[in-house]
Amino acid sequence: MNANWPLWEVFVRARRGLSHTHVGSVHAADGETALQAARDLFTRRQEGVSLWVVPSSEVIASDPANEAELFEPAADKAYRFPTSYELPPEVDHM
Amino acid sequence: MSQERFDALIEADERIEPDDWMPDDYRKTLVRQIAQHAHSEIIGMQPEGEWIIRAPSLRRKAILTAKVQDEAGHGMYLYGAAESLGVDRAELLDRLHDKTQKYSSIFNYATPEWADVGAIGWLVDGAAIANQVPLCRCSFGPYGRAMVRICKEESFHQRQGYQIMLTLSEGTPEQHAMAQRALDRWWWPSIMMFGPPDADSPNTARSMAWGIKRYTNDELRQQFVDATVPQAELLGVTVPDPDLVWNEQRGHYDFGTPDWDEFARMVKGEGEIPDLRISTRRNAHADGDWVRDAAAAYAAKQQRREQVA
Repeated sequence: MNANWPLWEVFVRARRGLSHTHVGSVHAADGETALQAARDLFTRRQEGVSLWVVPSSEVIASDPANEAELFEPAADKAYRFPTSYELPPEVDHM
Repeated sequence: MSQERFDALIEADERIEPDDWMPDDYRKTLVRQIAQHAHSEIIGMQPEGEWIIRAPSLRRKAILTAKVQDEAGHGMYLYGAAESLGVDRAELLDRLHDKTQKYSSIFNYATPEWADVGAIGWLVDGAAIANQVPLCRCSFGPYGRAMVRICKEESFHQRQGYQIMLTLSEGTPEQHAMAQRALDRWWWPSIMMFGPPDADSPNTARSMAWGIKRYTNDELRQQFVDATVPQAELLGVTVPDPDLVWNEQRGHYDFGTPDWDEFARMVKGEGEIPDLRISTRRNAHADGDWVRDAAAAYAAKQQRREQVA
């Protein structure tokens, strides 16, 4: 029976002002117990101030096989970076 | 109890997150400010977007396209931050379209020459950066985080603008004159981007007490003038303000008073350009109707197929 508990992805906000960050996953019967399990597993040493749990089955992930077509086109667009503009030293902090 | 906790968090300069209790006025102020900021980003695509097909080289075209694309992205970051306060993006867009919410009046000025694209990057984005850097420490977490992302991208915007101005100012006498005309057009509007003088800005004190604002309008304006005047000198162009002078005692530039009546007119959003901005935006939204319908129909079809399978 326990083996059928669904998987939940866990996100912790380390402190106020920061985004929740993915830290791992837990198995639990429902969201409420998933939160408790995540609290016990991932925040025993003041690692955070807020938790999110999301059903793993709800995560839509990009396919690693598509990595190149998704992300490589940005590589030849150097003009999107501030460093591609040469300015005189007096104003280079801009 | 909730109010006490909120006050304690603000007092400790901690961030307020969407699930926290917050006073109604704090929420309303943030929704209004973030929505206006988001609207400004997407309306701001228009004056520069007009120049994409007329940019003088392929390189400049690619740069300008990337910049206008960034502005769209900044709008999306900010609409997302506003939605964390419980409002709906579609509703915010409706309010932009029916003019019950505003966007920055800086985008109600025309861009008749190529140098205007340079001046916008240098001055308008420069003023935006001065405004936005302190907003990275805004007390509302999602707004601050959106600003961090945006500020990282703004540096390219300002540098490409300054480089256009530099190229023109070092070019032919005609090009130099065009750079000067752009500075003449954009200097005062940029100065006014920081909003009315502190004495006429009744909400500043409350926003500062809430940690939404970190500096007053006049403080930010002074900071912008101090940073920008040496940049103009390096370009060899003249700031159109006869009262501009370095004040040794203050360690700041003294400068003249902008035409606040013009500012009030621009904020009202009456006239040909504001109407054009809103109608362009409305038409773009209406022209996208069939795309949204098609996407919804496709998603529904996929769902039916999954159910069958």
